[in-house]
Amino acid sequence: MYDAQPMSRPMVVSPERAGSRPLVQVLHDWIVTVDHKKLGVMYFSYGILFLVIGGVEASIMRAQLAVANNHLVSPETFNRLFTMHGTTMIFFAAMPIVFGFANYLMPLMIGARDMAFPRLNAWSFWMSALGGIILYFSFIGGSGLYGAGTAPDVGWFAYAPLTSPAFSVGHSTDYWIIGILVSGFGSIGTALNVLTTILCMRCPGMKLYRMPLFAWMNTVMAVLVLVAIGPLTAAQIMLLIDRYLGGHFFDTQAGGSAVIWMHFFWIFGHPEVYILVLPAFAIVSEVIPVFSRKPIFGYSIMVAATVSIGFISLGVWAHHMFTVGMTSYANAFFVASTAAIAVPTGIKIFNWLGTMWGGKIRYSVAMMFCVGFLCQFLIAGLTGIMLSAAPFDWQLGNSYFVVAHFHYVILGGIVMAVFAGVYYWFPKVTGKMLSETLGKWHFWLFVIGFHLTFDFMHIPGLLGMPRRIYTYDASRGWEIWNLIVSIGVIFQVLGILFWVVNLIITFYKGKKTGNDPWDAWTLEWSTTSPPPDYNFATIPVVRSRRPLWDSKHPEDPDWKYE
Amino acid sequence: MAATTMAVPQSEMPLSAHMRGKVGMWCLIAAESAIFSIFVVAYLYYAGKSLSGPTPAQVLEVPIFTSICLFSSSLTILVAEKALHIGNIKRFGAFWLLTIVLGVIFLLGTAREWHGLIYEKGLTISTNLFGTTFYSLVGLHAFHVIVGATGLTIIMIFTALGHVRQEHSERIGVFAMYWHFVDAIWVVVLSVVYFITR
Repeated sequence: MYDAQPMSRPMVVSPERAGSRPLVQVLHDWIVTVDHKKLGVMYFSYGILFLVIGGVEASIMRAQLAVANNHLVSPETFNRLFTMHGTTMIFFAAMPIVFGFANYLMPLMIGARDMAFPRLNAWSFWMSALGGIILYFSFIGGSGLYGAGTAPDVGWFAYAPLTSPAFSVGHSTDYWIIGILVSGFGSIGTALNVLTTILCMRCPGMKLYRMPLFAWMNTVMAVLVLVAIGPLTAAQIMLLIDRYLGGHFFDTQAGGSAVIWMHFFWIFGHPEVYILVLPAFAIVSEVIPVFSRKPIFGYSIMVAATVSIGFISLGVWAHHMFTVGMTSYANAFFVASTAAIAVPTGIKIFNWLGTMWGGKIRYSVAMMFCVGFLCQFLIAGLTGIMLSAAPFDWQLGNSYFVVAHFHYVILGGIVMAVFAGVYYWFPKVTGKMLSETLGKWHFWLFVIGFHLTFDFMHIPGLLGMPRRIYTYDASRGWEIWNLIVSIGVIFQVLGILFWVVNLIITFYKGKKTGNDPWDAWTLEWSTTSPPPDYNFATIPVVRSRRPLWDSKHPEDPDWKYE
Repeated sequence: MAATTMAVPQSEMPLSAHMRGKVGMWCLIAAESAIFSIFVVAYLYYAGKSLSGPTPAQVLEVPIFTSICLFSSSLTILVAEKALHIGNIKRFGAFWLLTIVLGVIFLLGTAREWHGLIYEKGLTISTNLFGTTFYSLVGLHAFHVIVGATGLTIIMIFTALGHVRQEHSERIGVFAMYWHFVDAIWVVVLSVVYFITR
């Protein structure tokens, strides 16, 4: 079990060797692997693939909406585009990417050699992959293999009775149901694995209150996945029973309820937002301290805030349903709980600022994305509080204001943090530094594009433009705003292109870097870059929250003060 | 680098790697409970809202005997676990087999109940809301019993072939947790379907 060799002398240097072997063998290695690092990279690459596909769908929609009375795509195609865009981005881009980070980094950060269940880990990844393939197979199989363009068109939350056999003829909706169902099994497997790894696989001395915040936030994420994916799975099974066995769960003509589908979907749907945003918080909580040269401000408060976000997020779902019409008691409860969740989230923002306060900040690209995250996530939170007030939501629910709000959360918050994480950990994964010059182009183009698109998207919402319409009349006064929104997309696409080029060039020609290029403090930087298959030759022993600080500064270690 | 020679007592880590099977199973049980709770909520929400008959009071009878069988199987599997823990393979095999038999009796009872409901009382999954929610909830549980019984049978085959030994007691204990969970869920389903809403 334990190797006698010291950690600094790795036994295998795999990438060079892998390059010289035949392609079939390399592919075979990736397909049969149960290594958490390879699976992490696969999760991430798979997520990026779908991010690009979802991005293309979004770009087509923005081209359609750029001018009034446009006929670039038909209304039917437009319905399919927004359904596929939403479903793809949430289930097959965002979730695989955050799972990829958790998979790759968690065992390294807590001093473990792999996840608790490596084979289950591989199974979970392939289930998620299968889900995505099933969803996209609908393009050719949606109405029985005779034509393209039959993807699901019921919207990403697929409200009843639109999904009933009468209104969703053919099989496109079934591909949507089964694709999500299958990927849900994969998500539950990963969450189970992450949680068990954290509880059981920590190295000696890595007590819960010494874990990096990355591990803490992913713990809460995993708990939320376990609790929240179940309702979605149950609802999808009910929908299948309705569609195939003649059940009446959501069939209003037989006494069923369309509203209960909304409840079941959003009981999953709102925790899902936190499932995605907590790993983003996790990345930011690792990057900001290292680039501010200070330990995280208020560690225990951060943990408490994370756990309370986890709890409160399970009780806010019906704020998606204010416009449906609920009792005044339900409205009051969900207004209060939604406003309450802003408190722990606000605490986090103050703690990140507190970490930067008085620090010796290094503005590398990773840190720039974190600062962008802080500003944009703050605005996303503010529009969230506005929408949490039921009367405000009655006015603006299902308008472009809401679309702008949640894209601010997802793109301005989660995706920015993911970019930060990529620039920060890419040297660990490949042993090579991403170009800072190309990175700055990526950052500025993306941020300019983001603000052009999503700042101005609030305005047509305030002017009354509903979401999901495929075109609009010129007399409405929405045209100029939609044009600006669509122009922003060009900048975002350029930014992403710089990023992809940066990734590819660096991967093949990047300059080699040491094991610890950022002078960081968590355990993943103590092993080689890329880490060997077994991660650590000797299992590390930690005495504080910053084990590498202790070993770099034996004269003034952290454990004296914690 | 980070490795120092300092010793950290194992007692600091209450959950170590050998506990991971149990912890993983608890996670699975949590996820499964979430699925079940939504079906239970749907059942309770739709209770009495069917637009046509038959109603639960007209067609349902409390499955007393098969429920007793299923609940007893939690005890027999416990006896089997204890026997394996002390290395008594014969006793383990006997009680493991008894557990399977009790599980199968429960499933046969469900099959008989459903046959009667469908062919004599005319209640199918598409008859009314009661039918939809009843077959979904009871069927979801029955599906879990089938999965559990299949797992039990696989372990029984290994036992009969002589592959199960004392050192497997921890792993088999993890599987037994799943069976206990399936039994515990029946407490909820039984009370909701046959007592609270009938």
